[in-house]
Amino acid sequence: MSISATTPEQAPLGRRIKRFMSDYPLVPLIILLVLLVLVLNIIQPGILNQRWVGNTIKFAIPLALMAGCQTMTMLTGGIDLSVGTAATMAAFIVATQGAIHDPATAMLMALVPALCIGFVNGIGVGVFRVHPLIMTLGTSLIGVGCLQVYQRTVIASGAKVPDFLIWLGTGVTWGFPNALLLFIPVAALLIFIQKRTGFGRLLYAIGDNERATRLAGVKYWQVILALYMFSSLLAGVMGLLYMGLIRAPSLSLAEPLVLTSVAAAVIGGTSIFGGRGSYTGTIVGALILQVMITLLTVLQMPEGARRMLFGAIILAVTAAYLRIIDDK
Amino acid sequence: MATEPLLDATGVAKRYGAVAALKNASLTLRPGEVHALMGANGAGKSTLVKILTGAIPANAGRILVRGQERDIRSPAKARQAGLVPVYQEPSLIPDLDVLSNLRLTQTPVEPFRHWIKELGVPDLDLRDLARDVPLAIQRVLDLARALAVEPDVMLLDEMTAALPANLAERVLDVVKRQSQTGRSVIFISHRFVEIAALCDRATVLRDGATVGVVDIEPGIEEKIVELMLGAKVEKQRVAQKKATEGAAPVDGSTRIAVRNLKVGTKLQDVSFDLKDGEVAGVVALEGQGQDELFAALAGSIRPDGGTIEVDGKAVRFTHPVDAIEKGIAYVPGDRSEALAMQQSVRENIALPFSAAFRNWGPIAKRREDATVQSAIERLQIDTRAQREVQRLSGGNQQKVTIARWIAADARTLLCFDPTRGIDVGTKQEIYKLLRQLAGQGKSVLFYTSELEEVQLVCDRAIVIFGGKVVDVLPVEIADEPALTRAAYGLPRDAKADVGILAEPHAAPEAQP
Repeated sequence: MSISATTPEQAPLGRRIKRFMSDYPLVPLIILLVLLVLVLNIIQPGILNQRWVGNTIKFAIPLALMAGCQTMTMLTGGIDLSVGTAATMAAFIVATQGAIHDPATAMLMALVPALCIGFVNGIGVGVFRVHPLIMTLGTSLIGVGCLQVYQRTVIASGAKVPDFLIWLGTGVTWGFPNALLLFIPVAALLIFIQKRTGFGRLLYAIGDNERATRLAGVKYWQVILALYMFSSLLAGVMGLLYMGLIRAPSLSLAEPLVLTSVAAAVIGGTSIFGGRGSYTGTIVGALILQVMITLLTVLQMPEGARRMLFGAIILAVTAAYLRIIDDK
Repeated sequence: MATEPLLDATGVAKRYGAVAALKNASLTLRPGEVHALMGANGAGKSTLVKILTGAIPANAGRILVRGQERDIRSPAKARQAGLVPVYQEPSLIPDLDVLSNLRLTQTPVEPFRHWIKELGVPDLDLRDLARDVPLAIQRVLDLARALAVEPDVMLLDEMTAALPANLAERVLDVVKRQSQTGRSVIFISHRFVEIAALCDRATVLRDGATVGVVDIEPGIEEKIVELMLGAKVEKQRVAQKKATEGAAPVDGSTRIAVRNLKVGTKLQDVSFDLKDGEVAGVVALEGQGQDELFAALAGSIRPDGGTIEVDGKAVRFTHPVDAIEKGIAYVPGDRSEALAMQQSVRENIALPFSAAFRNWGPIAKRREDATVQSAIERLQIDTRAQREVQRLSGGNQQKVTIARWIAADARTLLCFDPTRGIDVGTKQEIYKLLRQLAGQGKSVLFYTSELEEVQLVCDRAIVIFGGKVVDVLPVEIADEPALTRAAYGLPRDAKADVGILAEPHAAPEAQP
């Protein structure tokens, strides 16, 4: 009965390494990140200074936040494509309402539509069993439409980004980006939810085997509803931060980050089929992508070639990474 | 008989890796006969039928059709050779209308129309989508489709299983007439009554080999049961004594009372009590409604009729959580149904703790550790590879599915074939555990496909056949031959004097 429970010391070296990688998937990721930074330093000696590090982190944080939404939803085998719209709505509303109301009210108002999107997503996916890809794509499009209508009504009032957000998005204190003040608690919360709460455990279990969770007494729709609302709220918060960083409201502010955030989660080792992954991996994944973006910029390639290379690298890294940690 | 056989298969063998599904099967079919193919679960009936109809290739053996070796290695070629199957599951493509389904198999339409009329389905629009046709009618259409191509040999696999009585009668009638035109039928059924009424001879399989060919005549069912069981009859007498020691019937109060439960078409009318402190065995051939019974008790599906009472109060389960709250836990036989394979042993065992909304918050790690650890120790789970359940052996995985409910302290376990495909040592441990649980006043409903387990574990055996309880055997007499007889709907203690041509379902307890 204990035949298949092979202990590590009996297995050959290759298999032991594989099992080690499978048990500690962060190790190869961090190695990759360090390698990328080294390559960057060779191509452009001297780039590795405090300012560059600060900037990289500053831009990686919004990406990592959005990738947090993807990590959480992907654990259940889902995906959230509406995060771009949720974030953009929050950003646009805080900028326009910031001109009329005080910053705190504007920020609270900005998070309401994000929560609504999450609620609709959760009902669609959890109760009506619409595939998350379609559901979130649908709400995303509806959200963009609403935002366009809203834009016409507020066109006269002008825009003002609250100073607090600008401080948070762009400010640097003792060499550290202020955005870390938001990011570190949020990241800690995400990791805590995943590792140490009943809710987190259910996310993994649902992604792994939904039928088994049902037999264990889990009500799927409750978990999914809470999950997508949480994801949208996180996207809204990310939108506020991103507004402070970019400072120019637009109707497609956070949209370009959506698919990159999916890539960050996947590179970070989250399985798109569910049941596997962690936010720590996603953070490293977001950093890897951000460093790659810098790398491709300093190579001074034409935009088209840069995008091709970016896509190819994402594919290669993901494929290689899955190879390394796949233990079967 | 001097006539050349229509179909003659000898020495047919089929292996799946190390497992031999068929070792040495043979079957000879005379022209114009209805031939029963019989055997216990897993004897190899389905494998043989699949080989004869080209669905899977054999590893060895010779198959002659009308004295000639024919290539039947694909369903299309088997059809050309005149071998047409009607499988247990409807084979119409649901999203095509009936007519397109006919074209797909190049079935002539006029004969098809004729046959569906003969079979008692006159008002069918061929333009209807197959998915809109009721299940029972779909099976009849499958049969009509086979009849329309006028095959030499028809293979009917549990043809009448899902049919209402009036349709079944028409079907049997048509099959009988078919044989009078010189064509032959291979008929797989668990129902002796049908076999007696219809068949001329029977081939009996046991453990992948043909162990006998008998003429169907009054009183033959005992011989057939004997052939199906083989040497097991002898072996079992020895085991019996040991079993009765372990089974000390406790007179507990009624935990679950099931009355006239009906689910879909499979589970017709089932009533029984499960008492505190007992392990009640459920014995049934495949597909007699036991899956539906367990699913209904576990809250997975809603019954269509009847009542379930728990501790004297009527309950209506709409979700497994309702059953769990009553202390009823379901352990499925298929481990992949119950386990989150990529998660750790601990997470799998503790999964029910987090299920309710109020338990979504931070996990009380220390308390959980203690509970999980004691469950792991109680079941002696080998936890060397506990980081992912999929790395455990099958037996250890099965232990995890049970440990979950030991940790949750469920009062009633519904174990559906928990020892399927696991090693002997683990089986013994599970038997012991179930007896211990009963000793603590808990109750267990235990379905098993391995009949010898009944006397090792259970206090009594509830036998289900055709969706109804046909007998409840006390453990002392529930040996393998008795259970097999009961599972085939044959009466208890009536070996010689009740012939096979006697009344159907003659078990005294089953009569309303």
